[in-house]
Amino acid sequence: MASSYKDEDGHISVKKPENTAFKQQRLPAWQPVLTAGTVLPAFFIIGLIFIPIGIGLYVTSNNIKEFEIDYTGLDPSSPCFNCSQNFSWNSTKPCTCSIPFYLEQPYESNVFMYYGLSNFYQNHRRYVKSRDDSQLNGNEESLRKPSKECEPYARHDNRPIAPCGAIANSMFNDTLELFYSDPNGTKTQIPLTATGIAWWTDKHVKFRNPGGNNDNLTAAFQGTTKPINWRRPAYELDSDPENNGFINEDFIVWMRTAALPTFRKLYRIIQRRNTMVPTLPRGNYTLEVVYNYPVRSFDGRKRMIFSTISWMGGKNPFLGIAYITVGSVCFLLGVILLFIHHKYDNRNNNPDISSN
Amino acid sequence: MRDGRTMSWRSPLALVRDALHGQRARERELRSLVSNLPYEGLGKGKLPNRFFSSNTIKTTKYSLLTFIPINLFEQFHRLANIYFVGLAILNFIPVVNAFQPEVALIPICVILALTALKDAWEDFRRYQSDRKVNNTPCSIYSRREKQFLERRWKDVQVGDFVKVVCNEIVPADLLLLCSSDPNGVCHIETANLDGETNLKQRTVVSGLCTMDRGFEPESFNSIVVCEKPNDNLNHFKCFVEKPNKEKLGAGIESLLLRGCTVRNTDHAVGFVVYAGHETKSMLNNSGSRSKRSKLERKLNIDVFFCVILLFAMCLVGSVGHYIWLESLTGSPPYLTPDSRSNSLASFHMFFTMIILLQILIPISLYLSIELVKIGQIFFIINDVDLYDEETDSRMQCRALNITEDLGQIDYIFSDKTGTLTENKMVFRRCSIMGTEFPHKENAIRLAVLDEPEAEEEIIFNHRLQSAQTGWSLEAEDVTSVDTSRHSRSKVVGMAQSDVAFSSPLETEVIPDQNLVRQISRAESSSRRGGSRRMDPYLDFFLALAICNTVVVSMATARRRRACVSSHSSQTNNPLEILSNLVKKASSFIQRKSTRIRTQSQDPVIDSVRMESTADTNGVSQSDRPAAAAAGSEDLYYEAESPDEAALVYAARAYGFVLLARTPNNVAVRLPSGQVLDFEVLDTLTFDSNRKRMSVLVRHPITKECVLYTKGADYAIMELLGTPYAEHLSENQKNIASDTQHHLDSYAKEGLRTLCIAKKVVSEDVYRSWLVNRKSALAAIDNKEELVMDTAVQMETNLTLLGATGIEDRLQESVPDTTVALREAGIHVWVLTGDKPETAVNIGYACRLLEEEDLLINMSCKNKVTCTSSLDCNLEEVRRYDEDLLNVDTMPSISLVIDGHTLTMALSPDLRDRFVDLAKRCRTVLCCRVTPLQKSEVVKLIREKLKVMTLAVGDGANDVNMIQAADVGVGISGQEGMQAVMASDFAISRFKHLKKLLLVHGHWCYTRLANMIIYFFYKNVAYVNLLFWYQFYCGFTGTAMIDYWLMIFFNLFFTSTPPIMFGIFDKDVSAEVLLGVPELYRTGQGKGEYNFLTFWISILDAFYQSLVCFFVPYWAYKDSDVDIFTFGTPMNTVSLFTILLHLSIEIKSWTVVHWIIMLGSVGLYFGVTLFYSAICVTCNPPSNPYWIFESQMGDPMFYLICTISTVVALLPRYTFHVLKNSISPSPLLQGRELDRMDPSTRDQWIREWRGFRGGGGGQVKRYQQSTPPSPTQETPVDFLPEFLNDDEIPDDDFSLNVTTHQSPVLT
Repeated sequence: MASSYKDEDGHISVKKPENTAFKQQRLPAWQPVLTAGTVLPAFFIIGLIFIPIGIGLYVTSNNIKEFEIDYTGLDPSSPCFNCSQNFSWNSTKPCTCSIPFYLEQPYESNVFMYYGLSNFYQNHRRYVKSRDDSQLNGNEESLRKPSKECEPYARHDNRPIAPCGAIANSMFNDTLELFYSDPNGTKTQIPLTATGIAWWTDKHVKFRNPGGNNDNLTAAFQGTTKPINWRRPAYELDSDPENNGFINEDFIVWMRTAALPTFRKLYRIIQRRNTMVPTLPRGNYTLEVVYNYPVRSFDGRKRMIFSTISWMGGKNPFLGIAYITVGSVCFLLGVILLFIHHKYDNRNNNPDISSN
Repeated sequence: MRDGRTMSWRSPLALVRDALHGQRARERELRSLVSNLPYEGLGKGKLPNRFFSSNTIKTTKYSLLTFIPINLFEQFHRLANIYFVGLAILNFIPVVNAFQPEVALIPICVILALTALKDAWEDFRRYQSDRKVNNTPCSIYSRREKQFLERRWKDVQVGDFVKVVCNEIVPADLLLLCSSDPNGVCHIETANLDGETNLKQRTVVSGLCTMDRGFEPESFNSIVVCEKPNDNLNHFKCFVEKPNKEKLGAGIESLLLRGCTVRNTDHAVGFVVYAGHETKSMLNNSGSRSKRSKLERKLNIDVFFCVILLFAMCLVGSVGHYIWLESLTGSPPYLTPDSRSNSLASFHMFFTMIILLQILIPISLYLSIELVKIGQIFFIINDVDLYDEETDSRMQCRALNITEDLGQIDYIFSDKTGTLTENKMVFRRCSIMGTEFPHKENAIRLAVLDEPEAEEEIIFNHRLQSAQTGWSLEAEDVTSVDTSRHSRSKVVGMAQSDVAFSSPLETEVIPDQNLVRQISRAESSSRRGGSRRMDPYLDFFLALAICNTVVVSMATARRRRACVSSHSSQTNNPLEILSNLVKKASSFIQRKSTRIRTQSQDPVIDSVRMESTADTNGVSQSDRPAAAAAGSEDLYYEAESPDEAALVYAARAYGFVLLARTPNNVAVRLPSGQVLDFEVLDTLTFDSNRKRMSVLVRHPITKECVLYTKGADYAIMELLGTPYAEHLSENQKNIASDTQHHLDSYAKEGLRTLCIAKKVVSEDVYRSWLVNRKSALAAIDNKEELVMDTAVQMETNLTLLGATGIEDRLQESVPDTTVALREAGIHVWVLTGDKPETAVNIGYACRLLEEEDLLINMSCKNKVTCTSSLDCNLEEVRRYDEDLLNVDTMPSISLVIDGHTLTMALSPDLRDRFVDLAKRCRTVLCCRVTPLQKSEVVKLIREKLKVMTLAVGDGANDVNMIQAADVGVGISGQEGMQAVMASDFAISRFKHLKKLLLVHGHWCYTRLANMIIYFFYKNVAYVNLLFWYQFYCGFTGTAMIDYWLMIFFNLFFTSTPPIMFGIFDKDVSAEVLLGVPELYRTGQGKGEYNFLTFWISILDAFYQSLVCFFVPYWAYKDSDVDIFTFGTPMNTVSLFTILLHLSIEIKSWTVVHWIIMLGSVGLYFGVTLFYSAICVTCNPPSNPYWIFESQMGDPMFYLICTISTVVALLPRYTFHVLKNSISPSPLLQGRELDRMDPSTRDQWIREWRGFRGGGGGQVKRYQQSTPPSPTQETPVDFLPEFLNDDEIPDDDFSLNVTTHQSPVLT
């Protein structure tokens, strides 16, 4: 009989909950209480760290030199006014204009040359989607059959468009050239480097020409057609085979869609050759623009920007100011809390838990 | 189905006909069942009982095939799921889609899959247990083999004969046909079914089984007609029709229920009446209940707000898109040619926005809440403090989704008996033939048992005091008394734990010496004077011994069981057993010796030393030890209601030992040693309408038919001598009024009163009555009423023998608990069926009422007085409120109302006034209320005052109330499991309520409230990032974060921390919550999750999302940043902000917290890095390739993340700090207390209590007799009550000081 109860007893011993710290919710715990006394140091530390960082950022940002020319040509007095007026994507005759400008300070290090567009919504949802990454990655099948995301820029005249999609179709196609006018009057063209402006991974991993390392790009693109707005097919973008087709860096840069409607994109790099001579000395320059890209349809602006860069990228005083402000606010709060701490933190001697 | 499978060759018409037959057979009110044996081996289609369900049980909801469709169907019953599926479908419409359609399905699929997984796991567990149950062996009779064969439970069919042996579990509902017991009795234990551990008797259907031949199933050719299956465990109607058309009635007393265990009976054979799902136990098994908590109701409102917010944001997006489109002059190259008009496009944009911003409605919130609640319940049921050693039961959570309601309770409605009290009845005193026998020694013994062993000092003082005033003890004896009592209380405590099944408290009664002498005198005189007239004293005790349904069991069996259950791990070790035996024996001896010592201190014999007692009190000395030695060791009494057992034990103490009880026989040994064998002619069982029970016996000596009745005093008093009141002798009248007097004083002491009466029935009357009785018993319609009528017929013209007072002891630390609950701001009401006097007494005892309280007594005879008294009281109370508004120590008001008045007060025109009065009272005691009134009161308060109510009770009469309240708590005690079955939470002691509410309730509520607020915040904060971006992308619905990462963000990176927060966070430790119950108030009313906190967190979410968006925005403004590079720091900043926001909210950090928080961050970086590194073209057209890596290499990224996080959290952090420093919340102060070491903390709490003047620090002990008596003379009465602390806890004194008025209640 005893054994027949045993089962039940086994059950009994199981029923009593285990007295473990976990099950009884008594795990050792750190219980921070946020009061003026305990967090004072945190505020001061944040203040003390942020203010120097802010100052550093601010100084760095201020050391970056930036120069900007708007060459949209909306103003009738502007040299590009004519070009901006009569425009269509398919005009055969290129319109050129040259804008003279004066650089007040010399640029010592490498100078990055950007083109800037404003009011251009590269982040439009449909626009952003309108590309075929596997086509751009050199996939033969996608080359022939672009994905439906590219619609309505997937096929033209019954032939697949390469590269397909609205992004590629609307690629920036102004040509910018820079000339330095010597004080003695001679104009020398400043050499602009067109490579090294795209991300390394984009150029070497994400973007591939069809047919692998085939030298004959023309053959690889056989059977496709150029985007409607393009003047040349993709395989004629550059004479350099390492910078042609889908791995043309201007193209890659354009394909990296900008986050905000006013953006700049890296166009060229002016390499510093000589340590003795500044990259861009002070003086008169002329920007020669082959004005192709229409911006009037969206009230856009076109700019050319020179900028040196630092470890924190381009010129942007915001972060520096933000750090200084936040650091100061924290420091101030710290002081206020110190005051509060002295005034109120005597609770332990005065036992009173208000009942509601 | 079953027929279709086996009878596939039959024509479809026959199949349909068969199915219809089956349907009709199942739904018929009466079922005719015959034995299966003649049809054995004929196949299922031929079986006569084939239409009734088989014994295979299937509690699973799904099968392998149907799992997916059924589960999906169930899940889509939830509105939220439909919403998200709708969104996913919307995404497949090209003009409005925001993401790749397939990707949008992922979140809803994951949610559905997780829920399905949970359901599948639960169902699998059910499947496993079903399989185990179905395959349990049992023995079924086989005609072919001519014997019982071992089969499985699933093979049992209706109409089979099943044999059950001792300790076996009954496989189906069996009509008991035969038992090995010579009296045709089978004992069962229904613990599996309703938790009642006492043995119940079942008797065989008479006339079917003869003892000499044994039972032969094959010869069973009767038809069993029974009612349709129902879930009433205490009711069954059936008759057996023999071939000769003789009908034998049978009821629940012949039904062995599935799930019961056969005890004390070698074997029994039954006929299967119901099988499988039609058995009563299965019909009762309704599974866990589903309620919606207050928090969830509020949550749904806030989800609705979120929907509005979402619509507003989508409208902004839509209108914005329209304006943006209108502002375009030409056709810009970034705009794909589109034939849609601007207005149509912006209309479509509205839906795109909904898809984009969908997570504003927290999709995973419902699942998270469910998971959190599972975790919370895990911790509640694993709390070792809520485990009761004595009954070996854990806390049970039957409703899985209202844990947080426990933290918001405003009103508790409590039953008295079994809830506040033990429902372990102890005989205290009795009155026989108008003479009171106070049983002082017994009271002392109980008082000693009452002492907590640790509080030696208090015991000492208490005793000293009593000794000075109460007894004629010599001064030098005092100390010895003290020590002896002391040692005994410890011994008893030890003995109690050893013999779990019979606490000495109930079994031991120390006889009153006067009464003992009275009995011995009576006995000797009756012996001398022949046996014609029984002495009323003897009759009284005979009635106590006979008039009950107590089951007598042998001590040997019980002892073994007790031994095994308390030393389960040691059963196999003989040495251990031996040592246990020795221990037990020694404890027994000790107990006995101390009892003798106590007797020696008795006032009657105090001058005589212990050694010399024998000759002076020879009678008592010779009788009592004999009774104790022979009776108490071998016999144990198990009763369905505990007071019955108490009375039997009391009778035994006086030498009237109930030796055995069978349905037809009761054997009682008299003090003289003579054994009387009474033939039981009938038992008129107890019912709540009659409020009494009777046993009709034939006296073995006088051969008279004697009816012994016991019942509630008012139920007996009105039957005395009526309708021949004038025949009542003067003497009788005096006895009745004296007894009534005693009864009233018993009630004032809080004792339960019972009256004992007898009646000698003449043979003729009996015979004529028997005819009626038999026809009533055989009836199948209205059986109960008819049976009751016959009982009423018999119970008339009774002769009062006396009355008993039984103490129902308060449960352990009830006063402590009620005080704590009161301090926690909870109103505790007591709704009881007892008299007002008893209720008031209990009220004082458990400190619901305090001595300085104002007590309003409402007891009105008619509605007019009730109205005026209500108005009058209300006026008084209002004035009182105003008067004492500025006084700190304002005595509280308490209301005592009786059932009759309550009925009037609850009437529609008065109920508002009643509620108005009641809400100003600290406590309300409702007496003499019916179960229905209990639930009405609960409903009224719940609806009128809009408060959270909790009802706690233990009996079937509390079921209504438990179901009416927001939270129903059942106490699994002595009275079965009906209350538990109806409850949401089941506890075993009232004191557990304290920790359940104050600690777990508080935790569950705070955790869940904070978790939900956080969840809303989290989603709003994250989604708004996308919203702000719309202002910079022409409201075109672009997301700057890769959609996969967005999904991961919600599903993986930030989903576990809030769940962990909801399960593990501990704002204040259990010790402090218990020490400072006031902290509970934070959850009451609106609590922490209210309109304000919700909107503050939403506003904070807006602010934080603005910071998370605009800091990177300004940092990257006019740069060459691309979309995802722009979005990556935002995503990261959001993650940090959201997690650090949570860490501000987390109150205590354990290992679990650290692992999950750091794990989430680690997972984010790991997954994002991995995903960015491998996904070159895998997710067109979105392409985050190498973006995260390049950002990680950029110092700007870190700088942006740091500053954004700091700026985003600075306000909340500062707010917390300032609030905590300047005006700390009570909870924060509780946390400060936590940081102290325990001893300082305790001292602090004590000081604080003193400072507040509540005086609640130490709970006064339960003093039985000190509470003042409420006067009943005037219905309206303000009685500032004063308790005289010097008053001694002695019964005589209390009787003298209480001014007695005649009771108003009739």
